[in-house]
Formats: sequence, C-alpha cells, structure tokens
Amino acid sequence: MNSDTIQFVLISVVTAATPLIIAAIGELVVERSGILNLGVEGMMIVGAAIGFAAAYESNSTLIGALAGIAAGMALAGLFACLVIGLATNQVATGLALTILGVGLSGLAGAPFVGLKREGAGQLHLPGLSEIPLVGKVLFGEDLFVYFALALVGVVAWFLARTRAGLTLRAVGDNHASAHALGIPVRRVRFLATLFGGGCAGLAGAYISLVYTPFWSPGMTAGRGWIALALVVFASWRPWRLVAGALLFGGATAGQLHAQLLGLPLPAQAMSAVPYLATIAALVALSIWDRRGTAAPAALGTPFVPDR
Amino acid sequence: MRIDLEPRRGRQARLEVLAPIAALALAMAIGGLVIALLGKPPLRAFEVYFVEPLTQGWSLQELAVKASPLVLIALGLSFCFRANLWNIGAEGQFIIGGLIGGWLGIATQGGEGGRWILPAMLLLGALGGLAYAMIPAVLRVWLGVSEILTSLMLVYVAELTLDYMVRGPWRDPKGFNFPVTVNFDEDATLPLLVEGGRLHFGVVLTLLAVVGAAIVLSRTLFGFKVRLVGNAPRAARFAGFDDRRLTLAVFAISGAAAGLAGISEVSGQIGQLQPSISPGYGFTAITVAFLGRLSPFGILLAGLVLALTYIGGEAAQIDLKLPLDMTKAFQGILLMCVLAADVFTRYHVRLVSGRGR
Repeated sequence: MNSDTIQFVLISVVTAATPLIIAAIGELVVERSGILNLGVEGMMIVGAAIGFAAAYESNSTLIGALAGIAAGMALAGLFACLVIGLATNQVATGLALTILGVGLSGLAGAPFVGLKREGAGQLHLPGLSEIPLVGKVLFGEDLFVYFALALVGVVAWFLARTRAGLTLRAVGDNHASAHALGIPVRRVRFLATLFGGGCAGLAGAYISLVYTPFWSPGMTAGRGWIALALVVFASWRPWRLVAGALLFGGATAGQLHAQLLGLPLPAQAMSAVPYLATIAALVALSIWDRRGTAAPAALGTPFVPDR
Repeated sequence: MRIDLEPRRGRQARLEVLAPIAALALAMAIGGLVIALLGKPPLRAFEVYFVEPLTQGWSLQELAVKASPLVLIALGLSFCFRANLWNIGAEGQFIIGGLIGGWLGIATQGGEGGRWILPAMLLLGALGGLAYAMIPAVLRVWLGVSEILTSLMLVYVAELTLDYMVRGPWRDPKGFNFPVTVNFDEDATLPLLVEGGRLHFGVVLTLLAVVGAAIVLSRTLFGFKVRLVGNAPRAARFAGFDDRRLTLAVFAISGAAAGLAGISEVSGQIGQLQPSISPGYGFTAITVAFLGRLSPFGILLAGLVLALTYIGGEAAQIDLKLPLDMTKAFQGILLMCVLAADVFTRYHVRLVSGRGR
C-alpha cells in the first residue's frame, strides 16, 4: 500500500466519523440536560432530505446545511413540546419521532431521488495540504469536518467552564432540586433539545451533501442510532465521543475498502459490521467500566413541576 | 405561554376509552393537512384510506391478514412495555422467526411431506424469535447494556442475514436468478380459512393469542408481577419479585410472539423466503401497542386500524399517487397523538399565560 492509498483510507475514516460526531455531540447536550431523544435517526434523515432539496434548488451547500439544521430543529421542537410540555414518555415519543421522520423524509425527498450535485469543497492550504501521508487528512478535509471538531470543543468548554453549562448539568442530574433553586428546568431542556435537533439535522445534511452527494430514501442507515450509542460509549464526555466516532468511522470505512479489495466475505457481513461493532462497544464498555454508569441522574425521567 | 399539569385523582375510565379515539381523530386531521399540503384532496384521501377498504369482501380479508402480525407482535410488546422494558427490535425477531421457521419449509420441499412439518415450523419460528430477543435481554440483565440500542441494532443484522441467505445459500436454483427461495410445499403452508381467499390460519393463532394474553395479564400471578413492576417498581422490589427473571420472561414472550408472527407471514402469506418479508410490521406494532393502551382487546382493535393504513396506503398510491411514505408518516403522527392524549387521562392540562419555567 503506498502513501496515497493510506491517506485515502484515513480521509474516508474521517468523513465517515463526521456525521456521527455532529449528531452525537448534539444528543450529548440533550442527554446532559436529562432528556433522552431517541428520534436522532428521524431528525437526521429529514435533515438529509430537506438539506439536499434546499441545496439542489438554491445550488448552495451552505443553504442546504442551514435548511437541514432548521428541519432537525423543527422536529426537535415538536418532540420537546410533547416530552417537556406534556411530560409524555420519552422513549416512546422518540420512537414516534423516528417513524415520523423516516416517512416525512420519503415524502419530501421523492422529487429529488436520482438527482446529483457537486459535493462540498475541501480546505486547501498551500504547502500544508501537500505534506505526504497526513497533509490532506489534517489540512485538506471539507469544512464540515473542522466545524464538527470546533463544535465539540465549544460544547466541552460550555459544559465544563460556563455557568450556563453548569446549570444545564444540574437540570440533567436533579430536576427537582434545580426547579427548587429557581432554575427554569423546562426552558433549559427545551433549548438543549433544539440544539440537539439542529445538530442531527446538520449531520443528516452532511450525509446527503458531502458524504454521498445525492439523496436516497433511508440513506442514514441507522447512523442516528449509532450516534445514540456513541453518547453512551463516550460516558457523556465530549472528547471521548470523537475517539469513539473515529473508531466507528474506521469500521464503516474498513467495510467499504474490504469490499473494494474483494475480500472473500459476503457483502452483507461487511454491512453488518457497524451494527455489530456498536453492540460490541456497548458490551466492552460495561465490562470495563464497572464503577457504575456515568449517565445524567435524571436522564429519561419525566418532569412535572409542582407549584 | 406555558403548560401546567395537575394530577387527576383516581383512574378516569371514560377518558381512557376516549383518549385513543381522540388521538386517532387528531392524527387524521393532521394527516389530512399534510395531504392537502402535498396538493391532493384530503377528503378523497380519507375515503381511500379508511372507508373503501371496509366496503369489499376481499379487502376485509386482506385487513385481517395484515392486522394479524401487527396484533401478535404488539401483544408480545405490551408485556415488555408494561414492565417498562423497551424491546424495539421486534422487526428483527419477526425476520429471524420467519428465517428459522422458513428453513424447515425449504428443507422439506419436494420431500415426503407430513402433518408434523407445519407445527414444527411454527415452533421453530417462535423459538427463533425468542432466542434473538434473548440477546438484548441477557446483555441487559447481566451487563446492564441498554436494551433499546442493542435490540434495534439487531434489526439491521437480521435484515442483512435474511438478505444474504435468500441471495446466497438458499436461493432457488431454478428461480431464473431471482433472489427468492423455493416455494414451500402444501404441508409447509398455513391452510386458508376461505376457499380461494386470503384469510389463513395465522389469523386464528392471533385471536387465540389475544385471549391467552388477556387471561395471563388479568388472572395470573405472572401478569400481576408484570403490571406491578411497571406501575410500582419499588413496591415490586419490596415484594421480593426477581426483576431479572421477569426481564428475561417478558423478552422471551415478545420475541416468541414476533417470531411466530414472522413464520406465520412467511408460511401463510408469502409461501417462500424473499429479501424483505415485512413492510415494517415490527415498528408499526409499537404504535399498535400504545394505541391499544397495552390491553389485549384494545390491541386487537388498534391492529385493525393500523392494518387499514397499510391497505389504504397501497390504494392511495394507485388512486391518488400518494407515496407509500405517507403511511409511515401517518403512523408516526398517530403514535405522537396517542402519547399526548394519554397525558389528558392522567393530568388536568392547562395553558397558562406567563413565562415558561
């Protein structure tokens, strides 16, 4: 294998990891506020459909990405009204959101099946991007990759170093105490949920705009669920999540390259790798991490404020 | 603007009956709005979806045949959901049930036949679904791994396994390269109830399961435990109920039910294995379970309603050129409406002006 091939493989690992990072960092914030939104897959696929439609019509990747974010936020807002406003069951509502999202994406994307457009441009820094082996990986990715990493940095800083971040964590760990202290629990959670929806929508748009620059029904293929698993795998810590996403990106990319190399394994076995890897990762985590779960204490429990 | 929830005292039997009906009406109204936005006539769509399938003999049979797997899966899921466990991988257990049971159908094709084949297929299907549901259950009980994520991941694995088997080792060598297995012999096919019709014996199995589930839930200690663990987990722990065994038991029930539904579909409806054997029954059954308020007879009614959306969806695709995805979107909206309506049975809901807290 020459250095170009290695570089190509590394880049494909990063691009496979990017949508997972974006969706998972959003869900991490949501879960840190105590809300479990299982609708990531649904918001992602609607983001992919709407993002592609908007980008195709406007001929602008940026507008597509913004439309994807807006679509994800709209669905998240609906979810938030139900689970935060009406205190419905979070697991069931999240599932409903996924079912709805898959259906809506099919409706919205129907006129765009089979259409193609240019992918997003890559960063190019003269000199740096031409370094053998790592130049393109570090300095020649598409801009979403850098944005995703910046987003993780901002979220990590926000959660650990700001007052608002502390408030958000307090709400997620004990909503009754936070409420008694006068923190607007439901408003904090609403905003966190909207942020998560925007991230999921952007992650979906990345898939239809950059990763495979076209729209096809069901194209997110369970990545929303893998993002949910990543949050658990990362023990709700932002930077661990990047490491986990690269691992999964590696599994996805490895599967593609193994198919290209013509490994004597059935294609279906290769396609099953990311899902099996997710289960294996969750199992490994629970074996190693015996100290108990790092989950936010109030995660998934409904909150009805007393007056 | 904010929403205030004030708990109601006691159970509201009348509201509990009204809530799903109101939810269905609301979901239809929202669905009509979506259809109008797509530029189609909503009233005509209502007719195609919910009225016309009820007016013809063949479509009534079709309704029962489509409702059967939904009801059977949802019955099993209701045990899990009542115990606050989230098996959302029924789709995978359905597929594995069809796959394992279908194996016998393929193995006995062109052989001597015999009356033992069909019961053995059904048993294998149920056991296949059960075994597949045990994976998330065991991982949860022993290692504390979230059953939600593992059961869902296994759906994709099941789909890929079925796809591989029918395109690879089990493909019919005389099938002109179509990715299907051989057609099962008559001894491996569920008998029809009406000569020349669609109604098959699987529907009877489902009706028996409804009665069985109703008896287990209301008349046995096990049913009481399931309800108690879900409603009052602390009380259940004080009573000394072993929630690990209960977790395994409800997963076993739901897996077996989904597996049985899978092999009934394969043996009664399709007659062979093909790359896809379910239009998402395992996921729709979640909506069925909640619309039926997790009670067996409620699930029976809810299964018929959701089956209607499948048949109506196919008709609307031809009649109104509405994409099949409309059905899925409607099912999602319906589940949301059901969950929202349920809140009104437990709380007084008030809209209050002022800033939300």
